[in-house]
Amino acid sequence: MLNLPIYLDNNATTQMDKRVFEAMTPYFLDHFGNAASRNHPFGWQAEEAVDYARGQVAKLIGADPKEIIFTSGATEADNLAIKGVYEMYSSKGNHIITATTEHKAVLDTCKHIEKIGGEVTYLQVDKEGLIDLKELEAAIKPTTILIAIMYANNEIGTIQPVKEISAIARKNGVLFFTDATQAVGKIPVDVNKDGIDLMAFTAHKMYGPKGVGALYVRRKNPRVKVTAQMDGGGHERGMRSGTLNVPGIVGFGKACELCMQEMEADTQHISKMRDHLETELLKLEEAYVNGSREHRLPHVANISFKHVEGEGLLMGFNKNIALSSGSACTSASLEPSYVLKALGLGDDLAHSSLRFGLGRFTNDEQIEYTIKAISETVLKLREMSPLWEMYKEGIDLNTIEWAAH
Amino acid sequence: MAYSDKVIDHYSNPKNVGTLDKSSKNVGTGLVGAPECGDVMRLQIQVDEATGMITDAKFKTFGCGSAIASSSLATEWLKGKSIDEALKIDNMAIVEELSLPPVKIHCSVLAEDAIKGAINDYRIKNGMEAIKFEESVVH
Repeated sequence: MLNLPIYLDNNATTQMDKRVFEAMTPYFLDHFGNAASRNHPFGWQAEEAVDYARGQVAKLIGADPKEIIFTSGATEADNLAIKGVYEMYSSKGNHIITATTEHKAVLDTCKHIEKIGGEVTYLQVDKEGLIDLKELEAAIKPTTILIAIMYANNEIGTIQPVKEISAIARKNGVLFFTDATQAVGKIPVDVNKDGIDLMAFTAHKMYGPKGVGALYVRRKNPRVKVTAQMDGGGHERGMRSGTLNVPGIVGFGKACELCMQEMEADTQHISKMRDHLETELLKLEEAYVNGSREHRLPHVANISFKHVEGEGLLMGFNKNIALSSGSACTSASLEPSYVLKALGLGDDLAHSSLRFGLGRFTNDEQIEYTIKAISETVLKLREMSPLWEMYKEGIDLNTIEWAAH
Repeated sequence: MAYSDKVIDHYSNPKNVGTLDKSSKNVGTGLVGAPECGDVMRLQIQVDEATGMITDAKFKTFGCGSAIASSSLATEWLKGKSIDEALKIDNMAIVEELSLPPVKIHCSVLAEDAIKGAINDYRIKNGMEAIKFEESVVH
């Protein structure tokens, strides 16, 4: 059945699963207790619900429930991990290694670390978005305390070689933190098999509610600690104070449980649609996939349609299809996507990109509609594009002196 | 950000998309913007040499909906005007007509620059001096 508008922006957020919503509802009105209230049934009930959810969340990533620190989301978890490690391990060193394609929550936190006297190395990525392991190893110094590399990228879906990165970190006695916001719930993530010491993730990217996320903090081999970034009642083993968001946490737990049960089926269904969408769109001339096609999340495709501007393209169908573009025009800044630029893409190709994020509720009819709408709009806009005309006339656009503007 | 009805209308039914013969003496071409900036506008005018009136105008634009709408509107306004009248088209008139939000004002500036570029190209081709314009303020 074709339901309009079509939501293909699942990297931004996902629609909450009804089953998650149903699990949450009793915790708004009936079971409203504070999980930290130790002396009455309201508190006990809330605590029990949180404990159960903590178990569901831990299970999805192969962790011990005690290793889960609930936060308000992935941004807070990123901040807590980086700033918390920086403070806790300041006697060991002040150097952090990250990559240029990280999410702003990591990059801006690293900038903050630099401002307060830390040192940060930003690794470049190759044209697929992957870091170079040799460069990573070479960047480690005696003062390095943390490697912060994302599990999978939010714009292009490229999955980093996490196991190899963690092996390098372990060998050099450095902690490894990964922002796994886009990966957890979509692909198998196991903190032990992957060798992860700290990991940020969030509920709303996996059909759970907004406003709740978690930081995984390893308790054994090695025992990792982070300095709290908020002072207060000492919740979450003293690492994150603040009354727990019980309904949110219950929803997060349910979302994790569903992802665990349905990951295989979801992945199969979603990646088949993604591949079909990509194959059909690549039939258009001068259409290119950005990022790695081999090491990629199953639900993501980032495609540039040369000589057509991203926002102009979105306008052709955004009443009916929700998508993101790497074009500057779609965001508040005037620069196109820094992730696409880090791949070595020219600004023109970065301006011409669309990001597709499929999800559990995407269906075949929606994909067929999307293929048709985008193909038609690309063709229409190319008829209108002076760059397309020049390209067709065989003019090398790089030889033109563009009026600076 | 929601687009105004007029922007949507120009985007959906752009007026005067096309190409005039740029080697022709009575055609002036203005090409402004850069692919790196996400906007390239090409605006062309065809001038009746006897009367100095603009008899036809065409555009092609690589850019967002507002850039497409600004150039489409500009071609509509140019047709039937004299060169002198065309020089008086101000970007703020485009902003007003299309209800462009502040972040899209540069699209209207680009259209004004393209008009001036096309007029100067025509003038140079016909042995006249190029008019010196002040640098655009908003870029």
